[in-house]
Amino acid sequence: MTHLLEVEDLKTYFKTDDGIVKAVDGVSFTLDEGKTLGIVGESGSGKSVTCLTIMGLNPKRSATSEGRALYRGEDLLHASPSRLREIRGNDIAMIFQDPMTSLNPVHKIGAQIVEGILLHKDVSRKEAKSRALEALKEVGIPRAERRIDDYPHQFSGGMRQRVMIAMALVNEPSILIADEPTTALDVTTQAQILDLMHKLQRDYGTAIVMITHDLGVVAEIADEVVVMYAARVAEKAPVNELFEHPLHPYTWGLLGSLPRLESDIDRLVQIPGTPPSLLSPPRGCRFNPRCPYVFDRCKKELPELVASPAFPEHLQACYLDDATKQREADRTLAAFAGEAT
Amino acid sequence: MLTYVIRRLLWAVVLFVAVTMVTYMIFYVIPANPARLACGQRATAECITNAEHRLGLNRPIPVQYALFLKRLVIDRSLGRSFTNRQDVTQTILNAAPVTASLVFGGAILWMLMALPIGILSALRPRSLLDRAATIFVLFGISVPVVWIGLVLQYTIGYRLGWFPNAGYCDFINPEATATCGGPVDWAYHLVLPWITFALLFAAIYVRMIRANVMDTLGEDYVRTARAKGAPEQQVMRNHVLRNALLPVVTMLGMDIGIALGGAIFTEYIFGLPGLGRLAVQALETFDLPMIQGVVVFSTLCIIVFNVMVDVAYAFIDPRIRLN
Repeated sequence: MTHLLEVEDLKTYFKTDDGIVKAVDGVSFTLDEGKTLGIVGESGSGKSVTCLTIMGLNPKRSATSEGRALYRGEDLLHASPSRLREIRGNDIAMIFQDPMTSLNPVHKIGAQIVEGILLHKDVSRKEAKSRALEALKEVGIPRAERRIDDYPHQFSGGMRQRVMIAMALVNEPSILIADEPTTALDVTTQAQILDLMHKLQRDYGTAIVMITHDLGVVAEIADEVVVMYAARVAEKAPVNELFEHPLHPYTWGLLGSLPRLESDIDRLVQIPGTPPSLLSPPRGCRFNPRCPYVFDRCKKELPELVASPAFPEHLQACYLDDATKQREADRTLAAFAGEAT
Repeated sequence: MLTYVIRRLLWAVVLFVAVTMVTYMIFYVIPANPARLACGQRATAECITNAEHRLGLNRPIPVQYALFLKRLVIDRSLGRSFTNRQDVTQTILNAAPVTASLVFGGAILWMLMALPIGILSALRPRSLLDRAATIFVLFGISVPVVWIGLVLQYTIGYRLGWFPNAGYCDFINPEATATCGGPVDWAYHLVLPWITFALLFAAIYVRMIRANVMDTLGEDYVRTARAKGAPEQQVMRNHVLRNALLPVVTMLGMDIGIALGGAIFTEYIFGLPGLGRLAVQALETFDLPMIQGVVVFSTLCIIVFNVMVDVAYAFIDPRIRLN
């Protein structure tokens, strides 16, 4: 069976004055029609660059990519620029983190959506405008007939993100890549935007790649989760499996640092240390300098993703033995659940 | 809009009074006696008294200033020159087109140089073109206008003889005594002054345009446009240039406004009878009405161009409203 999107051993390196930054270093995942994939990780773990690489939006001058990114079987990394432009905005659309700066301040929002339609659909400007209006209504912009001729600065952050979503979905793409779409918004607006994305996904069957550092968002929206650490995949599993049997020490750390409203612990558990430099990542497992369970092998060999014996769809890259993993995962979850009750 | 116009006009009046008053004060602070100058080297006391009376110099300074204002507002006249009794308004109106020819032609020339060089070097940072542009910028900014003018005169004007080194021809209606006239002669005589005048500005604008375009290329909305599938040309036209050139419009308006008051060096080197040369001559002879006239005229230019920039800005940047 071919997947809608299949990323295989993707690598993206940036040339800088200080050397080569390996921003993405062997990432693989798949996405099926209508599903949601969450990509979780700290800032600089390579989750955004992964998606920009798929879209072909990295700066050409400094970035080089290897591996494969197949969209319906077609390799995007080797597609011609004009073919990529056909796909961008039509088959794969993207929304970004900061809606305040992602819209052009000197053009009306309607015109910006119309531009996106006219690039891909052979329709009149008038028809495009009425489609833009429909899209704005769809994402819940009040009085859309009047607001279509407003400029971005006349909208709030949440409304701008709605405009961005309208712009991304107006051509009914099969994949929507959302790069931390709720990070810059306040909490109530975040929930509204997530609800909206959920609803649109139900209505149009769009597959979503949700990039986030927020496990809460992932729990809410994703079907499958990829946990990235230092340009590599640490763990990959269906969402319930990940939250029930997390198998990577980094995932435990992420879960431990998740704030819970119900609990009254004074301090969140934090992962000690900072993410490694991608200019010269540590030898062996990239998480080894921060890992409390580190042993000799971790410092020498780079672990590959392997399937968990209990659950073949659950992949993880850690050398710990299964018994220890089971014990520590249960402990993490118990602490989590214990504090929650 | 109406409130904007009224506020702007009030500010113009305040600015105008402040500038002319300062000119008066500076003139009377410096140790000069125009009446004595008017009577020549062996001035008699009688002649000086007469001259003072004739020029109105025997009255208190505030009264002189009030008279200047009255003449300007009621008679619409800037008075007569101390040195040759010519009508200041007329003299300035004769000199203004010369300076305007130099400035507007120069502005077109420097934008023609700066836009392509600035944009292309922003698109290809560290390329050969970008490095050459950097050298051009350094050269243009560091080299004095006078030196450029003299070098151009010697090489192109004198050695090669391609363009005349001095003189000015009227664009339209040359005087009967004039030896040349019409658009071709006009442009022919202005080529070297234009290059001289434009070089410094071209350098400054290359630097500014390059920086603005590079900044804008990194903006999120440019990435959004690319994510929509827009071809690079359309991204440049619709999203990069429009935003990057906004500040350039402001600078251009202000620079033209200021330069219209007289491009002193260029006019002097190439013997152009413009406002800059007029101002220098007036200063040398302590010709207060003439100095004041040039000051009034350039203040007016600056005010007018600032308003034009504001209005233009409101049209091209939707975030700005005129009130």
